[in-house]
Amino acid sequence: MAFLKRSPWILHYDASSCNGCDIEVLACLTPLYDVERFGMINTGNPKHADILLITGGINTQNREVVENIYEQMPEPKVVIAVGICAATGGIFRECYNIVGGIDKVIPVDVYVPGCAARPEQIIDGVVTALSILEKKRAAMAGTAQTREEEQHTEQAGEST
Amino acid sequence: MTVNEEQTTTGIALEDLLREVEALHAGGYRLVQIGCTDLDGSYELNYSFDKGYQFRNLRLTVGPETEVPSISGIYWGAFVYENEMHDSFGIPVKGINIDFKGTFIRTDEKYPFSVTRRGGDRCQNA
Amino acid sequence: MPERIIVPFGPQHPVLPEPIHLDLVLEDEKVVEAIPSIGYIHRGLERLVQKREYTEYVYVAERICGICSFIHALCYSQGVEHIMKVEVPDRARYLRTIWSECSRIHSHLLWLGLFADGMGFENLFMRSWQLRESVLDVLEDTTGGRVIQGTCKVGGVRRDIGQEKLDEMHRTLDPFEQQCRDLGDVFLNDDTVKYRLKGLGVITKDEAYDLGAAGPTARGSGVAMDHRETGYAAYGDLGFKPVVETTGDCYARCAVRVKEVYASIDLIRRAIEEMPEGPIDVKVKGTPDGEYFSRAEQPRGEVIHYLKGDGSKHLARARIRTPTLANIPPLVKMLPGIQLADVPVVVLSIDPCIGCMER
Repeated sequence: MAFLKRSPWILHYDASSCNGCDIEVLACLTPLYDVERFGMINTGNPKHADILLITGGINTQNREVVENIYEQMPEPKVVIAVGICAATGGIFRECYNIVGGIDKVIPVDVYVPGCAARPEQIIDGVVTALSILEKKRAAMAGTAQTREEEQHTEQAGEST
Repeated sequence: MTVNEEQTTTGIALEDLLREVEALHAGGYRLVQIGCTDLDGSYELNYSFDKGYQFRNLRLTVGPETEVPSISGIYWGAFVYENEMHDSFGIPVKGINIDFKGTFIRTDEKYPFSVTRRGGDRCQNA
Repeated sequence: MPERIIVPFGPQHPVLPEPIHLDLVLEDEKVVEAIPSIGYIHRGLERLVQKREYTEYVYVAERICGICSFIHALCYSQGVEHIMKVEVPDRARYLRTIWSECSRIHSHLLWLGLFADGMGFENLFMRSWQLRESVLDVLEDTTGGRVIQGTCKVGGVRRDIGQEKLDEMHRTLDPFEQQCRDLGDVFLNDDTVKYRLKGLGVITKDEAYDLGAAGPTARGSGVAMDHRETGYAAYGDLGFKPVVETTGDCYARCAVRVKEVYASIDLIRRAIEEMPEGPIDVKVKGTPDGEYFSRAEQPRGEVIHYLKGDGSKHLARARIRTPTLANIPPLVKMLPGIQLADVPVVVLSIDPCIGCMER
């Protein structure tokens, strides 16, 4: 039942990038690259999203915004850091206002390299993220099932 | 067809600022930007104006704690530059029409360009 | 009197790819006041100048914004060249012009797409971005990068475009212009677009000038001001006249950008035809000592790089005034009086580039 894999919804947030990666993320949605053929839709609402595509090195002011968006997304969720400044801070690493890398604030599952990251790379990153998303879902389903089975055994024990 | 661009810089005193800006406003100049440079121990403020690609600068030097009068009463749009000046250099500006009171550009390090911090550059990723 | 409520708009919102926050004070559906709050992308690039050598800072300048990238690098390089009295070879000036205009076309097509999306015209959004890909292909072919080119440097450019490639570009310009005109027709003549944009977010000529508006925001209100008129790079040789509209509403600002795409195609065509032979760069020796306000015309308006060198290999100060910052006061004046549903369209109409604005 790989239902999430067939239609992941994407949320995009710009956490202090130069805009280069952001327009490439948008370019992925438009006719030449067209990720909608994979069932992906760009949503503006964190509660609808499965995948968070995030760019930039995070600054002091948007740190809370990023945490907030991440917490609002329902489980299972995957975070993709797009571009080199999302991975390490990149060219902005030594700026006084840059935290340096998304993984300093929220857990990251996939890193997409490049300055700016190319649409092909971003799509590749999203496809990698899909298998991680599926694993997370399976793990969640597994835990839920074990819990249910445990409950059943307990109840069975009580009734006898 | 091509217009020659000229740049002139005039040094003025702080108390003449409003009068000079008023004169430029009356002369049909538009406000281009307000910028700061930190010289050791003081700030150099550049008020730039333009009319038909003729670029005029009013330049004044102030100490770190000197209060500068706002020109937003003359040029309404000056508030963006004056708030920026306050937030990055810590220069107090008096009477801005839309005063963000230090929340226009919020940074981890307060007044990142201020002279009192020269040399003590903090990098979160060093 | 209806009760006043404050609606926060942003920073994460589906209108723009970038975060901006506005506090909208509403009376029912009508906006009475708008207060912007910025700083979500502030990185502190102006201070990075003290850590990067003046030749390296070009790449930082380029990454102030990923859309206006080439023109930022150009403006910075011209500033340093002026301080160091470096004369750039003719071929480099022409190549810079071609790449500048390519970036302008890609930026305007990008904006037209986002604007169509803001209006709810999804089909037009996709069409604009599809067309934009052909410009990006040219940029990638000639520079190696799609949005960040990295070809401008102090003293010239880093790459040449071969004659064969120039001829090919020249050949594709005609069909490309036809496609752009077909697209532009929809923006200029479609009834639904006109209905949505005419009379919306009006700013008069005097207001625009007095508030210090830049670029298409000023030109849409009838202020004939375009820094390319000063003839930097090869604009002086090619000749240039600014595109001006007079009504000052969202439609006028949109029309300015549509017509600027045509003007840019024409500039590229003439630059290719008149391309001089020769070297593409000169060796730059020494360090910058002096100051200069370097100005250039970005897709969004006039950009200023104030550069000050003290004779060391690091510049003492770089102050960058970007067009979006200058367009914030006009935006704050445009918003009161309009309906909440029109806010995205009016905000987009100044072509806000937050990456630029906050540096």
